[in-house]
Amino acid sequence: MEAAELWEIALRSLWVAGLATLLAALPAVPLGLWLALKGGGGFFGRALLYAGLALPSVVVGLFFYLLLSRSGPLGSLGLLYTPYAMVLAEAVLAFPLIAAFVLSGARGRVEEVRLLVRSLGGREGQVLPTLFWESRRTLAAALAAGFGGAISEVGAATLVGGDIRHHTRVLTTAIVVETRKGELESALALGFILLGVALLVTALLIILERE
Amino acid sequence: MSPVLKAQGLVHRYGDFRLEVPRLEVYPGEILAVLGPSGSGKTTLLRLLSGLLLPEEGRVEGGFRAYLPQAPPLLRRSVLENAAFGLRLRGVPRGEAWARASAMLERVGLGAKARQPAHLLSGGEAVRLALARTLLVEPGVLLLDEPTASLDPANAAQVEALLREAAGEGKGVVLATHDLFQARRLAHRVVFLFLGQVVEEAPASLFFQRPQDPRSQAFLEGRLL
Repeated sequence: MEAAELWEIALRSLWVAGLATLLAALPAVPLGLWLALKGGGGFFGRALLYAGLALPSVVVGLFFYLLLSRSGPLGSLGLLYTPYAMVLAEAVLAFPLIAAFVLSGARGRVEEVRLLVRSLGGREGQVLPTLFWESRRTLAAALAAGFGGAISEVGAATLVGGDIRHHTRVLTTAIVVETRKGELESALALGFILLGVALLVTALLIILERE
Repeated sequence: MSPVLKAQGLVHRYGDFRLEVPRLEVYPGEILAVLGPSGSGKTTLLRLLSGLLLPEEGRVEGGFRAYLPQAPPLLRRSVLENAAFGLRLRGVPRGEAWARASAMLERVGLGAKARQPAHLLSGGEAVRLALARTLLVEPGVLLLDEPTASLDPANAAQVEALLREAAGEGKGVVLATHDLFQARRLAHRVVFLFLGQVVEEAPASLFFQRPQDPRSQAFLEGRLL
C-alpha cells in the first residue's frame, strides 16, 4: 500500500470518527447532564443507557443498512456506501458512551452545584449550564471515549460503508482487508496508525481537561 | 424597626425528627446565634429560613436571604470567577462582575490570589472566598452554618470581622454555631434549639449569664451533648 493511500485512509478515519463523535455529543451531553440532574434517571433509565454501551456494532450496522438501502425508508437519500452512512452508525455507537460518561461524572456534583446556585439566589434553570461547565473534565473524557469507540469500530463501518477503496475505506476496514490479503506489513502499519491516532486524540483531550 | 426576616409557625419533619419554630424574627444589623447540640435542627432551620427547604407548615417572609453551608462548594474556576459567580447568575456583565469581585477579594484579604485556582486555597481562605461571593449578591440576611468550624483562630477572627461588618451595613446575620465563645463575641441574640424545639430565645448577654431553661444551662456547662 502506498504512503499516500495510507494517509488518505487515516484522514478519512479521523473525520468520520470526529464527525460521528460531534453528532453523538450534541444530544448525549445534554442527556447525560439532564439525567444527572434528575437523580440519575432512575434504575430503568440508567439500565437502558448502560445497555447501550454493549450495543453490538454489527447490529447497528445492519439497522442502518436496512434503513439506508435502496428499498429502505431512507433509501432515497443515497447515503448507503458513503462516509456519511458510517458517520451515522458510528454516532449511534458513540452516543451511549458519551452520555454514560457525562452522567457518571456529573452525578457527583449535582447537589453541590444546585445548592450553590440556589443559595446565591439563582434559578433552577441555571443549574444545568453551571453543571455543564463544572463537568468539563468529564466531558473531555466522554468525548475521548466516544471518539475511541467510533474510530475503532469495524462492523458497522463495513456494512454501511462497504469498504470501497478511495471512498469509504477507513483504518479498521483496511486492516481487515490487508490481513485477508496476507499483507501483514500493511495491516500492521495501519494498526499502528490507528493506535497513534487514538493516543494522540486522547492526549489532546487530557491536555484540554487540564486547561 | 421592621424585621428583615420573619418566620411563623414553621414545622418540618424528616423521619421521627420534627422541627418546630413558632416565631422567629431577625432585624437589620442584628447577629442572631442559633445554638444547640448536634442534631437539634440548626442546619434544617437555616435551610428553611433560606428558602432552600420548604416547610410543611408555616411561612418565611423577607427579602433575599443567602445561605452559606458548612462546607461551601467552590467551583473549578479561579478565585476571581468564584467570587463573581453570584453576580454573573444575576446577569451582571462580566467586566462589572469581575471589577466588583476584585474589590471584594481585596476586602477579604484574597486580592493577591484572585487569579489562582480556587481549589488551591486553604480552608480558611475558601470560607472567606465563599463569604465574599455571598456578600457580593447583597442579601438582606446572611444565613451561615458553622462558618468557622474548621478554621484556625486567625482565619476565624477574619470571618468574624466580616460578619460584624455585614451587620454594621444593616444586614441581618443568622449564625448556627457550636462555638460558644464565638456566639458570645458576636451575637446580639440567641436562639437555643433542643431536639427540634426552641427551648429559649434571649438577648445574648442574658442567655450566657442567666440561662432560663435547665437544658440551656446544661448545654452551656457542657453537660448536654
